[in-house]
Amino acid sequence: MVQVMERTRERAGLKQTAAPAVPDVRPLVYDTKLLNLWYGNHHALKNIDLPIRENEVTAIIGPSGCGKSTYIKTLNRMVELVDDVRTSGEILYRSRNIFDRNYPVEELRTRVGMVFQKPNPFPKSIYDNVAYGPRIHGIRNRQILDEIVEKSLRGAAIWDEVKDRLNTNAYSLSGGQQQRICIARALAIEPDVILMDEPTSALDPISTLKVEELVQELREDYSIVIVTHNMQQAARISDRTAFFLSGEVVEFDETDKMFSNPEHKRTEDYISGRFG
Amino acid sequence: MRITEKPPARVLIDREAVAGRMGFRKAVNAAFSVLFLSATLLALLVLGVLFYRIVSQGFGHLSPAFFENFASRMPEKAGVKAALVGSLWLMAVVAPVSLILGIGTAVYLEEYAKKNRLNDFIRMNISNLAGVPSVVFGLLGLTIFVRALALGNSILAAGFTMSLLILPVIIVAAQEAIRSVPRELREASYGMGATKWQTIIRVVLPGAVPGILTGSILALSRAIGETAPLIVIGVPVIIQFLPAGVLDTFTALPMQIYDWAKRPQAAFQEVASAGIIVLLALLLAMNSVAVLIRNKFQKRY
Ligand SMILES: Nc1ncnc2c1ncn2[C@@H]1O[C@H](COP(=O)(O)OP(=O)(O)O)[C@@H](O)[C@H]1O
Ligand SMILES: [Mg+2]
Repeated sequence: MVQVMERTRERAGLKQTAAPAVPDVRPLVYDTKLLNLWYGNHHALKNIDLPIRENEVTAIIGPSGCGKSTYIKTLNRMVELVDDVRTSGEILYRSRNIFDRNYPVEELRTRVGMVFQKPNPFPKSIYDNVAYGPRIHGIRNRQILDEIVEKSLRGAAIWDEVKDRLNTNAYSLSGGQQQRICIARALAIEPDVILMDEPTSALDPISTLKVEELVQELREDYSIVIVTHNMQQAARISDRTAFFLSGEVVEFDETDKMFSNPEHKRTEDYISGRFG
Repeated sequence: MRITEKPPARVLIDREAVAGRMGFRKAVNAAFSVLFLSATLLALLVLGVLFYRIVSQGFGHLSPAFFENFASRMPEKAGVKAALVGSLWLMAVVAPVSLILGIGTAVYLEEYAKKNRLNDFIRMNISNLAGVPSVVFGLLGLTIFVRALALGNSILAAGFTMSLLILPVIIVAAQEAIRSVPRELREASYGMGATKWQTIIRVVLPGAVPGILTGSILALSRAIGETAPLIVIGVPVIIQFLPAGVLDTFTALPMQIYDWAKRPQAAFQEVASAGIIVLLALLLAMNSVAVLIRNKFQKRY
């Protein structure tokens, strides 16, 4: 299994990800404790316990419908946009429970950026897309905005492709470029954490590779939680992996360990492609 | 699993019977295309006859004087000035009132209201309101605005009444336009920490503008042609002055046309036709604006 993984990494042309030398010492960004979530009567997340650490890529894998999106949307409380959602338990973000009655949701979401499954740029210019976040937070100064836009586009590895047409509509870009614009848009609010929900599932292999490389680079500065249904991708880019199954975390471990020597039979069955 | 010898597939479709029915199916197909074409042609024909009659009757009466004269007992001196200006005044009240109320209601129902029985009930009844006859709205206006609020037969009273009349149409059009803005865009905005209001004003409304404006302009052109509510409110016809403000009394194009058309003198029929041309031109202009807006803002999601 390790060999398979290393081969995929080599094929992807990615740098070998150094497994955290001393695991579990990096500070916690998120800590999820006994989280339960219901959509109406449907119990979608069951007793989730999951720590997420600084400057790591945490992958969430599992068959479709197992609650991956639900969990990642709970981390920035986007899940509340759905009517009739109830939760119990705690999610501590930087040691504060985000479910606290007067926790400022908007502030949470400026610290935690999100990238979605389908590229969803606004039907505005590339510039206005990236400047959207800073603008809603009251930044008007054109010079600062220019700087933020350039920095974010560079951060998302798309500056060179779009620097000459910042004023064209983001819809004129390809799907892969649109997704990187969306990543740039998330970077523009200078987040602490980036949540990505299957960011490459709508992309072609080359764009996928670009986004994967980007995730590797972003790990230097951000903590990343990425949902993927692609196990090779999880193996290639993440430090830790959580395996979800029908709303539960079956196994959570260092990625290398999980893919080489899973503890649970169900994990092994899933990552070896026996179901899912 | 290894593939072993396949049993021969049983034939369920009798190709000959299918071929035999082909002729009949084609004939039915042709018959329906003729039927639909004739339905369209009939509609066009009626429109053409109407247009021809009105233009041939009224065109001769269209002159600068027609726009400069007030109503008169003598057909050759009768003009459309008071009615045209009155209709424009009416629009000046109806447009802002119905747009603000209509878009506001639609935004509330689509973006703020939780899904529950009460709100479902409200949504359903707004659609029902769109089907209420305009005379009934006239009576409502008479009771509330003319009498209870003592606005009399002023522009304001008529404007409010007309606004109520077209409000359901505007609300429904705006709701549909708002609903057509993809949920992913809202999520993107909320995901960056935008408040609900910021999301509405920066993402939802800009995306919904073409739909809202197209629907609203069509609703407004209905208001400009409505007669019944004005009659019920008691809007006069013969007026020899222009209104100076929204509390003044006035007359409107459809009222004026109605009055001319019911007069016995043949010459007044021509005046009525000229009035109708003016009204139609106004409607056409408004509808063109709607089309222009729709083409200009067309969004590609
Ligand atoms: N808005 C919703 N309302 C009701 N049930 C939902 C909603 N979204 C997801 N679910 C249910 O919750 C479960 C988990 O869904 P999701 O988190 O989207 O799974 P995944 O992302 O792993 O494919 C599924 O059974 C799904 O049907
Ligand atoms: Mg999902």
